[in-house]
Amino acid sequence: MSGSCKAMANGTAVVVGDVSVQPMPAFRSSVLEEGARGGRLVSLFPMEGPDGTLLFAFVAQDAMGTVALFAGALGSERTYPALTAQWPQAQAFERDLWENGGITPEGHPWLKPLCFPSLRSGQTIPADYRYFAAEGEEVHEVAVGPVHAGIIEPGHFRFQCHGEEVLHLEIQLGFQHRGAEGLLRNAPAPRRLTTAESIAGDSVVAHTTAFALVEEALAGAPVPARAHALRAVALELERLANHAGDLGALAGDVGYLPAASFFGRLRGDFLNLTQGLCGNRFGRGLVIPGGVRFDADPGWIDGTLKALTVLRRDMEDTAGLLFGSASVQNRFEGTGILYKDTAELLGVVGPAARASGCGRDVRQDHPAGYYRFAQVPPQMLASGDVYARAMVRWLEIQQSLRFLEDNLPSLPSGFLRVEAGTRQPGRIAVALVEGWRGETVHAAATDASGDLAAYKVTDPSIHNWMGLAMAMRGGAISDFPLCNKSFNLSYAGHDR
Amino acid sequence: MTLPWWNVGAVLPALLLSPLLLGLMGKTKALVAGRKGAPLLQPYRDIIRLMGKGAVYSRTTTWVFRAAPAVSLASILVACMMLPAGPLDAPFAFAGDLVLFAYFLALARFAVIAGALDTGSSFEGMGASREAAFSAFAEPGFFLVLGVLALKQKALSLGPILGGADVITWDGQTPPLVLAAVALFLILLAENSRIPVDDPTTHLELTMIHEVMVLDHSGPDFAFILYGSALKLWLFGAVLVSILLPGGGPAWASMALFLAGMAVVAVLVGLVESIMARLRMARVPQYLSLAGVLAALAALLLMAGGQP
Repeated sequence: MSGSCKAMANGTAVVVGDVSVQPMPAFRSSVLEEGARGGRLVSLFPMEGPDGTLLFAFVAQDAMGTVALFAGALGSERTYPALTAQWPQAQAFERDLWENGGITPEGHPWLKPLCFPSLRSGQTIPADYRYFAAEGEEVHEVAVGPVHAGIIEPGHFRFQCHGEEVLHLEIQLGFQHRGAEGLLRNAPAPRRLTTAESIAGDSVVAHTTAFALVEEALAGAPVPARAHALRAVALELERLANHAGDLGALAGDVGYLPAASFFGRLRGDFLNLTQGLCGNRFGRGLVIPGGVRFDADPGWIDGTLKALTVLRRDMEDTAGLLFGSASVQNRFEGTGILYKDTAELLGVVGPAARASGCGRDVRQDHPAGYYRFAQVPPQMLASGDVYARAMVRWLEIQQSLRFLEDNLPSLPSGFLRVEAGTRQPGRIAVALVEGWRGETVHAAATDASGDLAAYKVTDPSIHNWMGLAMAMRGGAISDFPLCNKSFNLSYAGHDR
Repeated sequence: MTLPWWNVGAVLPALLLSPLLLGLMGKTKALVAGRKGAPLLQPYRDIIRLMGKGAVYSRTTTWVFRAAPAVSLASILVACMMLPAGPLDAPFAFAGDLVLFAYFLALARFAVIAGALDTGSSFEGMGASREAAFSAFAEPGFFLVLGVLALKQKALSLGPILGGADVITWDGQTPPLVLAAVALFLILLAENSRIPVDDPTTHLELTMIHEVMVLDHSGPDFAFILYGSALKLWLFGAVLVSILLPGGGPAWASMALFLAGMAVVAVLVGLVESIMARLRMARVPQYLSLAGVLAALAALLLMAGGQP
């Protein structure tokens, strides 16, 4: 590793002044070099300061368990040669820089807004944006959304089709943009917490844990072990509920009713366990900077352990139904293949990456909090199809059940929370959390007075939407809903 | 064509009871999934509710779109007139009417497809192309099944083939008739857009076949479509039940048996929908070819059986 970066551990902060600031060409080449060594871009954002604009890039070094921080000094012209041309992982980040930061990554192969309603450059979608179009006889275009038939989030999908075959899928999101990063930087403290809870409604614990870790790192707060443990318990319950719901939804999409109904009910059971812990089915109000608000009393632990034995049996039965049914396997296998090379190139994360043979899991690679003591090895499959994404979920369900059964009886004792305290000036912090959907990253930097000068949220969906588009190429358009469900990405998390 | 006027009564069971089949199916699926499900009579309520509503027409549509539901329902009603119901003879019969029967069903389909294309929506176009392609695979099988029955009964009219006094008897021809019945059941699932070919309950437009073609119909038009599909299900069910049920006995008993048979068909479809996933779209032609092959095999067996 060269001296051009600062290696950080997950959930820690460093002094901004200690990071060597490079001119843009050097910044670019050292980031690309780190990428070529197997690094993954987890965050890229600007910080406006009195001495000009700095560009920060966090690159995860999975093999070493560190996150490399690079800083580049952006000139007053606010342009630089884009990373994306060499490193497709950066595509969404650089589009965001262009849209929300007024910074132009020159030579970006497809510079279009990530979330158009907030676009600063004056271009609007769909009025004067030309969607990617395939030409030729019998090529037709199917436009779906942003308003959908089911109760799902808004997003616009453009398919270029030849008969039933999809030549290309373009996904335009942004209908859920709420300016969460701005609120996280400027809003008063109670509202910031609520904002972090609302980034993606199905990943409340993942986002609030990342938010809290960043706050605690910036303030240097010593978080009690019990709080870390309860966050992990809530995170695994969140994973269980969502994975169970996803398996049910996958069954529903192929019209396999028994598994759809049973998994739907089981999802509710896991949500209810979370409700018993903190009073909210989605884990809102549990995690705060400095610790957690609610304790797991012995009654809840006993009840949960008892419930888990029943739930484990029911889950095994239902998974047996789903994976044992030939008609279901016929739909799952070979559908929507995301090849490992593509997944690596795009920096896909979470179960979608692990189903394509990319063994990345923050809990294993960059353990923070309770995961430093409880090992959770990544569950991987190689085929990259809908089957693999379903099976990885089922393997992770079993793993999370085991995690809870092993750890609930022996949670560390002690305080639930400490005062987070005030943020130290001139620090930059990063936190990675393996939410059920994948790597959830929050990063923030403080200015000389301890106020936040930058806040960046990276939902796993930012990386993965492009993976879905690639997985659809050459597939059947009638398989899109199934393929989409197997990724189950967040629109709100992407749009922030 | 010399049939008494009261034979019009043979259509009544279809007219009155066909929506109940949909209700039975829904109830079966709900019970298997551990839900209570919608009331048995819900399809009637839906149709009545829709009849009381106004219809919305897109500015891009023409008379083709407006005519489609009525033409489709009328064609299916005419097809109903050719079908005997248990012991009751069909109100309308002549030699060769089974071809007309099949083509009235095709006309109903054509009307819906034309209406769907008239909207200019890419979804509906997709559904129309699927429906047209898959019906081309389903039709040969259906004709072969009718051919087997005609051969067996030595008649070219649905009335004498399926019902009336001269009911289908199995007399030593079990294998071809069972094969024909299985083929017909496979075709019934496909023609009535049930799992494993189509999923009538999905909300995912991109995966639909039949439902996506009727997305733009509303109010009474949609009631026509809904009622038409109930009747179509009844038609296919009636042919199937007529193959499988023994004849003879007093009229009331055979009528009761016929109606019970129809209920069993509905429950059977509900069970299939409860335990199977949908086929991949690209596999549907294979599935329909299977039905065609079974029907062809039935025809061969029947001819080779040397039955006088």
